[in-house]
Amino acid sequence: MARAFRWLLPHPFLTLLLAIVWTLLQNDVSAGMVVFGVILGIIIPRMTSIWWPDTPQGFHLGKMTTYSIMVMWDIMVANVQVAWIVLTVPNAKLKPAWIVVPLELRQPEAITMLAGTITLTPGTVSADLSDQGHSLLVHVLHTDDPDAVLSEIKTRYESRLKEIFK
Amino acid sequence: MITEIIGTYLVALCLLIGSGFVLVGVVGLLKFNDPMTRLHAPTKVGTIGIGALLLASIIHTFVRGEPSAHELLIMAFLFVTAPISAHFIAKVHIHSRSCVAPPPPAHDDTWATLNVPDADREIKEFKPE
Repeated sequence: MARAFRWLLPHPFLTLLLAIVWTLLQNDVSAGMVVFGVILGIIIPRMTSIWWPDTPQGFHLGKMTTYSIMVMWDIMVANVQVAWIVLTVPNAKLKPAWIVVPLELRQPEAITMLAGTITLTPGTVSADLSDQGHSLLVHVLHTDDPDAVLSEIKTRYESRLKEIFK
Repeated sequence: MITEIIGTYLVALCLLIGSGFVLVGVVGLLKFNDPMTRLHAPTKVGTIGIGALLLASIIHTFVRGEPSAHELLIMAFLFVTAPISAHFIAKVHIHSRSCVAPPPPAHDDTWATLNVPDADREIKEFKPE
């Protein structure tokens, strides 16, 4: 049973996501469209599972939701901060910096999430990954204390992502 | 009637906030003089600017009584793709040496972008004034 389930739904959350996206694309919730969305959600992951063989194990949807809400809030704050820096700090006083984030996360999905979060939040852009994938290069727009930014990324985002992708 | 008035004001407010943030993004793009810092303004400020414009669109459709949720999808796709394009622009800058050289990584030998044969580095090195 479990094997049949895994054969049919290699990525259960992707199936759910595809069904939701399809329904939203139709802009109209009707039974037929939801069923068609679910059919697409089963066929597409099934056909593309060759290129994405490893499903992240132990994914916590609940923790992911709280994380998304927290990130949304951070994005709002980040935008106001960056807008303020853009408008008030002259170029000569700007202190951009590179920081190197040593990664404890191993799953590619988790690292992608972390990199995306870093780019969308306070004055940071993730620029590169090291060749073996053990550290992440982050560019900071304006900071007096790069270590504080590093520890914030580690404690605020990476530790939570480690709990989401156990 | 009263909901229509409130809705109209909310739409106007969202449009103002959105266009304000987009304007700040453009100002940042023009003002900064380093390719990497220039990347910061559009990736973040642009995202929330377009987000607010889309929120205005959602409210407008609800006020008119024809609810639409396409904007949510646009927002989701934008939030997923903005970091990826920013990442690639940053990688191009690192590859072409048009920014300050990054420090070495903590555990590995080098950064993925710099891990290419020398023959592939045809672009001249960046010389700061």
